[in-house]
Amino acid sequence: MEEEEKIGCARPTGGPVGETATEKTEEKDNLITEVPKMIKVGQKAPDFTAPAYFKGKFVGKKLSEYLGKWVVLCFYPGDFTFV
Amino acid sequence: MSIDSVFVHKMWNDHELSKMVSGGIPFPMLSDAGGKVGTVYGIYDDAAGVETRGRFIIDPDGVVQGFEVLTPPVGRNVSETLRQIQAFQLVRNSKGSEATPSGWKPGKMTLKPGPDLVGKVWEIWKTDQAFE
Repeated sequence: MEEEEKIGCARPTGGPVGETATEKTEEKDNLITEVPKMIKVGQKAPDFTAPAYFKGKFVGKKLSEYLGKWVVLCFYPGDFTFV
Repeated sequence: MSIDSVFVHKMWNDHELSKMVSGGIPFPMLSDAGGKVGTVYGIYDDAAGVETRGRFIIDPDGVVQGFEVLTPPVGRNVSETLRQIQAFQLVRNSKGSEATPSGWKPGKMTLKPGPDLVGKVWEIWKTDQAFE
């Protein structure tokens, strides 16, 4: 079960967990750059941790906590963005 | 999930969303400062510094079954998301033996793909059914 986070002035952050899938792309001048791979259907959703506000508390969440359940993960431009 | 802090999430929930949804938002409002998670999911808009309206359906094995990404001014259709989850659940429960044709909703006919159905869909499924 999630633990309530201690809240201070430092802004809590999360991020991807484990290795991030990247593809090697060969450029014309033979420089090799790594670009992030787009999500593909039928493949694993990248795991991550993130701070959350949930039912009156500040908690930490991890996507892999939800294995065994259906998950809808929604991103949006920002709080108070109307639609 | 958005780039806002959990503190702003609380303010938005307490001052606006709880007036639309009784009891407030029933799921975690996730914070992604810097767009790190959004970048991995391919929906972070670097130029604007915000996340676009990406929506991912993830099954019990952690596999992405579907996604949709909209630019900021257009809101999502929650009913369509629920319909898709119901369709993915049906397919999963049938262990892949059934498929849901265009416009499928719970209670409507499914198709059982196999050698006998090749070239015969027109006999049992009509395009009008996609709009019912």
